[in-house]
Amino acid sequence: MLTYVLRRLLATIPVMLIVAVLVFLMLRLTPSDPAAIIAGDNANTEQVAEIRRRLGLDQPILTQFVIWLGKTLQGDFGESFFFKKQVTELISDRLEPTLSLSLLTIVIAIAIAIPLGVLAAYRHGGWLDRTVMGFSVLGFSVPVFVIAYVLIYIFAIELNWLPVQGYQRLAQGVGGWLQRLLLPSITLAVIFVALIARITRTSVLEVMNEDYIRTARAKGQTEPKVLIRHALANAAVPIVTVIGFGVGLLIGGVVVTESVYTIPGLGRLTVDAVLARDYPTIQAVILLFSLAYVLINLVVDLTYTFLDPRIRY
Amino acid sequence: MGHLRRCLFALAAAAALGGLSAAANAQNTLRAVMHSDLKILDPIWTTAYIVRNHGYMIYDTLFATDEKGEVKPQMVGKYDVSADQLTHTFTLREGLVWHDGQPVTAEDCVASIKRWAAKDSTGQKLMSFVDNLAVKDDKTFSMTLKAPTGLVLLGLGKPSSNVPFMMPKRVADTDPNTQISDFTGSGPFVFKRDEWKPGDKTVYVKFDKYKPRSEPASGFAGGKVVSVDRVEWRAIADHQQAINALLAGEIDFIEAPPHDLLPLAIGDSNVKLYDWNVLGNQFTFRPNWTAKPFDNAKIRQALLYAFNQKDFLEAVVGDAKYYKVCPSYFPCGTELFTEKGLEGKLTSDFNKAQALLQEAGYDGTPIVLMHSTDVQILTNLAPVAKSLMEKAGFKVDMQSMDWQTLVARRAKKDPPTAGGWHAFLTSWVSIDITNPIFTGFMNAACDKAMFGWPCDAEMEKLRDDFARETDPGKRKAIAEQVQVRAAEVVTHVPLGQWYQPAVMRKNVNGMLKAPAPVFWNITLN
Repeated sequence: MLTYVLRRLLATIPVMLIVAVLVFLMLRLTPSDPAAIIAGDNANTEQVAEIRRRLGLDQPILTQFVIWLGKTLQGDFGESFFFKKQVTELISDRLEPTLSLSLLTIVIAIAIAIPLGVLAAYRHGGWLDRTVMGFSVLGFSVPVFVIAYVLIYIFAIELNWLPVQGYQRLAQGVGGWLQRLLLPSITLAVIFVALIARITRTSVLEVMNEDYIRTARAKGQTEPKVLIRHALANAAVPIVTVIGFGVGLLIGGVVVTESVYTIPGLGRLTVDAVLARDYPTIQAVILLFSLAYVLINLVVDLTYTFLDPRIRY
Repeated sequence: MGHLRRCLFALAAAAALGGLSAAANAQNTLRAVMHSDLKILDPIWTTAYIVRNHGYMIYDTLFATDEKGEVKPQMVGKYDVSADQLTHTFTLREGLVWHDGQPVTAEDCVASIKRWAAKDSTGQKLMSFVDNLAVKDDKTFSMTLKAPTGLVLLGLGKPSSNVPFMMPKRVADTDPNTQISDFTGSGPFVFKRDEWKPGDKTVYVKFDKYKPRSEPASGFAGGKVVSVDRVEWRAIADHQQAINALLAGEIDFIEAPPHDLLPLAIGDSNVKLYDWNVLGNQFTFRPNWTAKPFDNAKIRQALLYAFNQKDFLEAVVGDAKYYKVCPSYFPCGTELFTEKGLEGKLTSDFNKAQALLQEAGYDGTPIVLMHSTDVQILTNLAPVAKSLMEKAGFKVDMQSMDWQTLVARRAKKDPPTAGGWHAFLTSWVSIDITNPIFTGFMNAACDKAMFGWPCDAEMEKLRDDFARETDPGKRKAIAEQVQVRAAEVVTHVPLGQWYQPAVMRKNVNGMLKAPAPVFWNITLN
C-alpha cells in the first residue's frame, strides 16, 4: 500500500510539470499585456514599456520560464504583479473561504443526496423515485448562477433571512460564518445532490436484487438496517467515485459561486487574476488546483480499499 | 426528527447572532462598492482611476479644483507670484501633519512634485518650464520658471490621473517607476493596510489629526470634514449582486451601477440616485495614424462625417436622462467647450463621407476595429461604429475581445493584419479632457503620443502655445484653434457625453459633486 501511495505521489511530479509548462505557455501566448493593464488608461507607450521591463516581461519566454520554474521548485511563487503581495500570502488568505465553502457544500450534498438516493431505490418506480429523478435532471440543467439569483431573491431579498453576499471568517464567529455560507453552499450543492442522488439510486438498485440482501431480510433484519448496512455499504464504491469526481468539479463551481456571492476565496482570486493577467498568481493557483485534483483522485482510490476489502494495491 | 429540528434551530440562532453583530459594526461605517477593486496603491505609478480615488482618501494636494472647476489652495496657505510671473512661492498652512504624526514640510512637497512630474504628462510639460524648485524654510518653497506658463496652477491643481498628491519625502524619493510601499499620507483618511484584502475590501479610518480648511467643502477643495469613523470599499464584482446588497442594506453606496439596473434600485424607497460627477464622461473613437488607410487625413475626416453621437449614446446608455449630444472635443459644461471646427460634422452625412473616401482613394482595405466585449459601458460602441462606417463606404473587420486584450493590443504598432489595429472606442472621464494639455488623445507628438500616435507639428505648436499662455481669454482662443486643428487632422472623434449616477441608501447624505467620488463631508443618518 505504502509503495503504491509513494508511486502515485511520484507520478504527480511529471503531471505538475506538464501543467506548469502548459499554463506558462498559454499565458504568454495569449494576446495580453499585464504592463498595459497596470499602467492604466492614461499611460503612454513609454510608461507601459518601463513597467514591462520592471516586471521582467521584456525578456525571452524561455528565460522567464527558467526563472519562474527555478523559484517555484523552491516554493517561491513570486510576487503578484498587482497586489504587491507574495502569491503564497494571497493564496493562504483565500484558502479558508474556499475550503469552508467546499466542505459545507459536500456535507450538505452528501447529507441530502445519499438518503434521497437510497429512498428512491427503495421506492423504485414510486412518486419519490420519480421526484428524485426529476430533481436530478433539474439540478444538472440549471446553471449555478441562476440557482444563486433565485435563492438570493427568495431568502435574502424577499424573506430577509440570510445575507445577499460576503464572507465572515470562522475566527469571527461560527454564526456569521454559517449565515454567510449557507446560501452559497446550497447553491453549489444542488448539482452535487443531483449527481450523487442519481448514482446512489442506481448503485443501491443494483445491489438490492443480490442474494445477500435477500438473506439479510430472511434473517429478520429491519429494512433500515438492510438498506444501510447491506445495500448502501456494498454500493459505496461507485458513490465514492462520484463524490471524488464531484470534489474535482467543485473547483470549477467555486469560481462562479464565489464571484456571485462575493466570497474572497481562491475562485474569486482566479477570476481577478485572469482578468488582470496577473501571471504569477494565475500560475500558482492553477498549479494548486491541479495538485488538489491529483490528490483527491489518490484519496478516492485509497478509500476503495476500506470500502471493499477485495481491492488491493 | 426532533434532533434535526434542534440542529436547525441552533443554526438559525447562530446565524441570527452573526447578523446582529455585523449590523452593529456597520453603524459608523460607510460601506461602498467602487467601480473596481483596489489592487495597486501608488497613484503616481499608475493612472487607474480607482488608485486616484484611493489617493484622494489618504493624500492631500497643494491645490484643488472646486465644484466650478476653479483651482483653489488646499494644503497651501499663502501663494505669491512675482510681477514677472517667473517666481511662484508657496507657503503651507499651519497644522498639517502626516499620518505618523510628523509635520508636513516644504521638503516633502518638493520631493512629491518631482516624483509626480517624472510620471505625469502635464507634470512633464510643467517641468519643461521650471528652472528651479527650492526649499526656503520648513513651510515655504518656490518654483522659478524659465518662461511664464499657465501650467503651474493647472498642474498642481490637476484633479485627475495622475494627481499631484503630497507624500513624505522618504516616500516621494522612491523611483517613480517603482511602486511605493509606505502609504503614509496627510489626507483626511488613514489607509488600514492590515485590513486591506484585495478582492474583498479596502478599509480607511478617519484621521483625527487632519486639519480641514475653514472654507466649506466644494469639489476637491475646501474643508475636508470627515463625519464617519470608517469607510470600507467592498469588492462586489457582480453588478446585480451589488444592487441586491444595497437593497438589503448590506452596503450603502454604489459608485457606478449599470444604467439598465438603475430602475431596480430607484424602485426601492430606501435608495436614491446621486450624480456626483456632473461633467460626466465622453465616448471617443481613436484611429491609428500609423496604419493605412488612417495615415490619410481625408479618410480620418470621413469618420467625422459618418458618425453621429446620438446613435452611440442611444445604443449604450439608452435613457436620454443620462446622456447629452455634445459636438465638442472639450466637454459641455466646461470652460473651453466650443463647437468650432465641428460645425456640420458628426451628423452621419454619408454622402460627404463617401465623397471624402473617394477623393482620398480609399482602396477598400478592411478597417480592423477592436470591439471590447466585457466592459459593459463600451460593449455596444463598436457595433454602432461598424454600422455607420459601412454605410459611409468603409469595409470593417470588427474583432471582438476582452478589454484587457484590447489594452495590450492597442500598444502594438504592428500592421493590422499582423496583430495590430486600425481603431478602437473608449470612454474618458470629462475632467481628463478639459484642456489641450490634459487631453491625452490630443497629444500629437508622433511616437511619444498615446496609442494611435498622431503626428502633427501644428497641433503640438498650439498645445505649447496653450501651455505658455497665462491669460484665460487668450487660452480659450488657443483652445478653439486646437479643436479646429483636431477636427482637421482627426486625432480622435468625440462621440457624446454620458452620465453615471451613483446609487446610495437614503441615510447617506452630504456627498460632494466632484470628478471623483470623495468620502469626506458625508454623514450617515
